[in-house]
Amino acid sequence: MVVTAGEKKKGLQTVVFTNPPILTSWASIVGPKEGEGPWGNSFDRVLSDYLTGEASWEKAENKMLQEAVELALSKNNLLAKDAELLLAGDLLNQLASSNFAARQLKTPFLGLYGACSTMAESLIIGAMLLDGGFFRRLVAAACSHHYTAERQFRFPTEQGVQPSPSSQWTATGAGAVVLEAQGSGPRITAATIGKVVDLGQTDSSNMGSAMAPAAADTIKMHIADLNYPSDYYDLIVTGDLGIIGMALTGQLMVKDGLVPAPYYSDCGVLLYDEQQGVNAGGSGCGCSAVMLCGPLLAKIQSGEINKLLLVGTGALMSPTTSFQGESIPGIAHAVAIEMG
Amino acid sequence: MVDEKKLNEIEIQEYSSLVQRVNPKPQVFKHSVWAFVAGGLICVLGQIINNSLILQGMSNGDASASTAVILIFLAALLTGLGYYDELAKYAGAGTIVPITGFANAIVASALEFKREGYIFGVGARIFAVAGPTLVFGFAVSTLIGLIRVFVAS
Repeated sequence: MVVTAGEKKKGLQTVVFTNPPILTSWASIVGPKEGEGPWGNSFDRVLSDYLTGEASWEKAENKMLQEAVELALSKNNLLAKDAELLLAGDLLNQLASSNFAARQLKTPFLGLYGACSTMAESLIIGAMLLDGGFFRRLVAAACSHHYTAERQFRFPTEQGVQPSPSSQWTATGAGAVVLEAQGSGPRITAATIGKVVDLGQTDSSNMGSAMAPAAADTIKMHIADLNYPSDYYDLIVTGDLGIIGMALTGQLMVKDGLVPAPYYSDCGVLLYDEQQGVNAGGSGCGCSAVMLCGPLLAKIQSGEINKLLLVGTGALMSPTTSFQGESIPGIAHAVAIEMG
Repeated sequence: MVDEKKLNEIEIQEYSSLVQRVNPKPQVFKHSVWAFVAGGLICVLGQIINNSLILQGMSNGDASASTAVILIFLAALLTGLGYYDELAKYAGAGTIVPITGFANAIVASALEFKREGYIFGVGARIFAVAGPTLVFGFAVSTLIGLIRVFVAS
């Protein structure tokens, strides 16, 4: 087959897969708080504490990622060496968690940073590498840990601070998906790579407001590029916009002529109960990773959801840029996952 | 010709007003009451300690210094046990403004960075949060000291 450049690309930002890669297995590991949330029973493993016997939170995070990858592979009776490539990312400086997990797994590895959009980013790149014929089996993964993120982006964890109602709780969790060129399971049919959108929001305790325009833009581009009706998907789910970001995205979708309710939700809103003291909801790479690799893919497999659009959302700031007075750029990538 | 920059500004303005409409209003009244009560209780506790020390026969000056030391110790202990940050979620400024807040900021940083070692962790980062208070505290007290010298002479 002769492939001419760009023939798998549709519209301005979307790719459509000729041989849609298959999600043959997946695994999710979450922290104690996520385990107490409404989807606690849908995850493969709930950690009993945040250290899991390790000497530091950072060590606990990379172990959690490593185990999620191994667990996802083991469901297909595979070992880490059977995966040809690992695509993974996290929130820490220099991608510490992913690098150290990959050190243990010894799988060829590409580290990705898309802030909290990393799960969607790793799935998109993985799907393109499979459909492009470069690999036959790879693992896409992402993780975050509440306390490693807190100390890097905000305050020391025992510091007494009053959280603002718009702030979000970084989820502790790791999700991993085994993507294969052949097999059975849900398929990745299309993906839209998002632009960096920045509408001047500067409040780093209000990430939902900063990311919502990027999410709405990517959803709009996806539907337009593929010329889909606005109710094509059973569920459009954004990564970690939280209550405020989700409300804003809903409003922006209406402005773009799309119908949010009842087809639209957000992993950050779904992951916790309101009484869990998470203010506007969950955030972090782990938020969309565990919601996808826990309840959402289970619902796709059981036939409850047929067509899912996962829109991973990321706030691309650093503490340095925030202190220098920069606004918060947002990004969102969309992955279409369909059954059958 | 369409002015891209102008269009972008309009978009940013429109979005900011949408954000303002959607975001919950900060609960200033509730937070102020909590801060007043919690901060007040810490001060009452300080006063009780101070008075009982004076009753024990301590001089006023010694009692004030000892009260500060005791409050700092209590805040450090509660921070170490993991209770101070829980209290601060509700008390807000009430737990930040008194001397206990300063103790919390230093102990929280020390605890946080202990895993990076005593020199580059604790030693280098212990004032990560409290540092600005010290720097500007010293600066202002130097300034006031100078004013006093000139006013007195």
